[in-house]
Amino acid sequence: METTIKVPTMAEMAAENKLPEVLFWVGCAGSFDDRAKKITKAFVKILHHANVSFAVLGTEESCTGDPAKRAGNEFVFMMQAMQNIEVLNAYSIKKIVTTCPHCFNTLANEYPELGGNFEVVHHTTFINQLLKEERISIEGGSFKGKKITFHDPCYLGRANGIYEAPRELILKLDAELVEMRRCKSNALCCGAGGAQMFKEPEAGKKDINIERTEEALETKPDFIAAACPFCNTMMTDGVKNSEREGNLPVLDLAEMIAQAKDL
Amino acid sequence: MEIHFGLANIIFILSLAAAGYFFGKNFSKIWRNINLGKDINRSDRPQERWSVMAKVALGQSKMVKRKKVAGFFHVLIYLGFILINIEVLEIIIDGIFGTHRIFMPILGSLYDIAINFFEFLAVLVLIACVVFLYRRNVNTVDRFKELKGWSKKDGNNILFIEIVLMLALLFLGAAEANIEGNGVEGWLVSSQLAPLLAGLDQSSLHIFERVAWWFHIVGILLFLNYLPFSKHFHVIMAFPNVWHSKLEPAGQFTNMESVKKEVEMMMDPSADPFAAPDPNAPVEEPSRFGAKDVMDLNRIQLMNAYSCTECGRCTDSCPANQTGKKLSPRKIMMDTRDRLEEVSANIDKNGEFQEDGRSLLDDFITREELWACTTCNACTEACPVAIDPMSIIVEMRRYLVMEESAANPSLNTMMTNIENNAAPWAYAQADRANWINE
Repeated sequence: METTIKVPTMAEMAAENKLPEVLFWVGCAGSFDDRAKKITKAFVKILHHANVSFAVLGTEESCTGDPAKRAGNEFVFMMQAMQNIEVLNAYSIKKIVTTCPHCFNTLANEYPELGGNFEVVHHTTFINQLLKEERISIEGGSFKGKKITFHDPCYLGRANGIYEAPRELILKLDAELVEMRRCKSNALCCGAGGAQMFKEPEAGKKDINIERTEEALETKPDFIAAACPFCNTMMTDGVKNSEREGNLPVLDLAEMIAQAKDL
Repeated sequence: MEIHFGLANIIFILSLAAAGYFFGKNFSKIWRNINLGKDINRSDRPQERWSVMAKVALGQSKMVKRKKVAGFFHVLIYLGFILINIEVLEIIIDGIFGTHRIFMPILGSLYDIAINFFEFLAVLVLIACVVFLYRRNVNTVDRFKELKGWSKKDGNNILFIEIVLMLALLFLGAAEANIEGNGVEGWLVSSQLAPLLAGLDQSSLHIFERVAWWFHIVGILLFLNYLPFSKHFHVIMAFPNVWHSKLEPAGQFTNMESVKKEVEMMMDPSADPFAAPDPNAPVEEPSRFGAKDVMDLNRIQLMNAYSCTECGRCTDSCPANQTGKKLSPRKIMMDTRDRLEEVSANIDKNGEFQEDGRSLLDDFITREELWACTTCNACTEACPVAIDPMSIIVEMRRYLVMEESAANPSLNTMMTNIENNAAPWAYAQADRANWINE
């Protein structure tokens, strides 16, 4: 990260007796995956630009347990959940923003029963709020007039009914939103959910990400917009397998906003 | 009003009683089977549940949301079923008391309007049935291609029975239009069929009318008794099933209480793992983690199986299935019902369930199918009657992972990583914030 932006950890904040406005839950992909780290940094730039007081857990963050739970390992999930809740409650966290729909779903829906009650928002919703509160403004910039298709992450869309927040951001970029044949509640999965990210697919005719990328290509887009680090990987791999390799960027909405603002 | 009570009415009452008895018997058997499942509380937020039921089951909202053609024709048959059956009430009263079209003098011209409307609906139902037969057998829609054997036959049987019942109703009217002195001048559609019977003399017409009448009502009673053995049982189960919908966000999985307790104890420094159990605590039989067989599933999941009409919208939207994997959410539901029926027969034969060496896992649903699911919720979103095949898949994965340690090998690596270094990949937790300074 450029030295100009300070990313405080909760430990540092607490040492100064401060509470941030929001905790940025980075997630495992956002912390370790080289591609996803760019999304993390883009979002940090937006937070910084909007003067949001935020912090991360840093080395105190651990996996929410989502992939273990989807794979059927409730023990590993429960261990992760309870440890995370202890940490979050110890810091009196009230509001969490995350760039990963899987973390979002787990934190928002599965933690409350276990004693973790937080206001959890996905970053596409959060950026929208910043825009509405006029804490940032966007002009289209490099995306003006470009055709952008949006791939709905299952754990944002069908799982939590959030379809409009990411689309509103695309419209804010003055871009042309082109919808795929299957979109919103009818969207096709990228193939990574349910812990599939961490295993080879079962035998079949085709990989799911190839099928989905082909559908995206039908819209003849200039960009594919994603809102999930795992979807991003799957769609990027799909594009690499297509004739559009090299000239069809797959970008997270946070990256698009940061790029449009030349952050 | 003329009442002719006689032998025919006694036979009618006996048929009605027999149909009611056998249906009740088979229905209560299904009820018993559903109750083999684990208890689950799904009666919270009753107001919301009634409104979901009104919208989704009664209002067919998800039926027409996506598949416009199938949805439209289904609504026709559904309306026909609901409205034409009002006439069955009259048929039953007539059958018991020996009256003839008892509502005709009471309702006057309103009666003609009603029958005209029913006949119009009957024609729409006929058209819809023909369209559906075409879509199942001639120009077969993709999602019906998976159906083989009984399930393929069952779908056609239902459509055939509905066609025959509607024709019986219309020809009943046609015969009556030709009969003199009964006050029937001919209704909308049956009057158009009346010339076909014009050659018959009055006594033959009377016989024809009786045969059509008996054929129609006995057909309905037999059809009622066909339901418990058919996918057509959905006409009843759809309503309670939708009422018991999952109201939480689709992405929210259940937290397992038993695991929670154990992990809480692990993390509680003052807990004594060797402490003797509280003697006053209720003794619970330890249950297995997840589901290996149908009895490990909950009652809603078993009710789901009896509510499924095998339309295949779930399978049609499943990313795994659509890219050629073996997983088919419809098959998950059909397998669950088939295994439950097998268990049911076992109980009927032995008084209580005798271990038969078979289970839902492996004998019906393979591991390969279970591991192909992306938990994307496309199947639950597509189902017009709120069936949740995904929850069964997850419950069976829980069994595989926590009882058999038989996870897909790469998933074991992922889970070990989470346990060891709090991320699905083998990166040290101490490096988690490195991105800040990169």
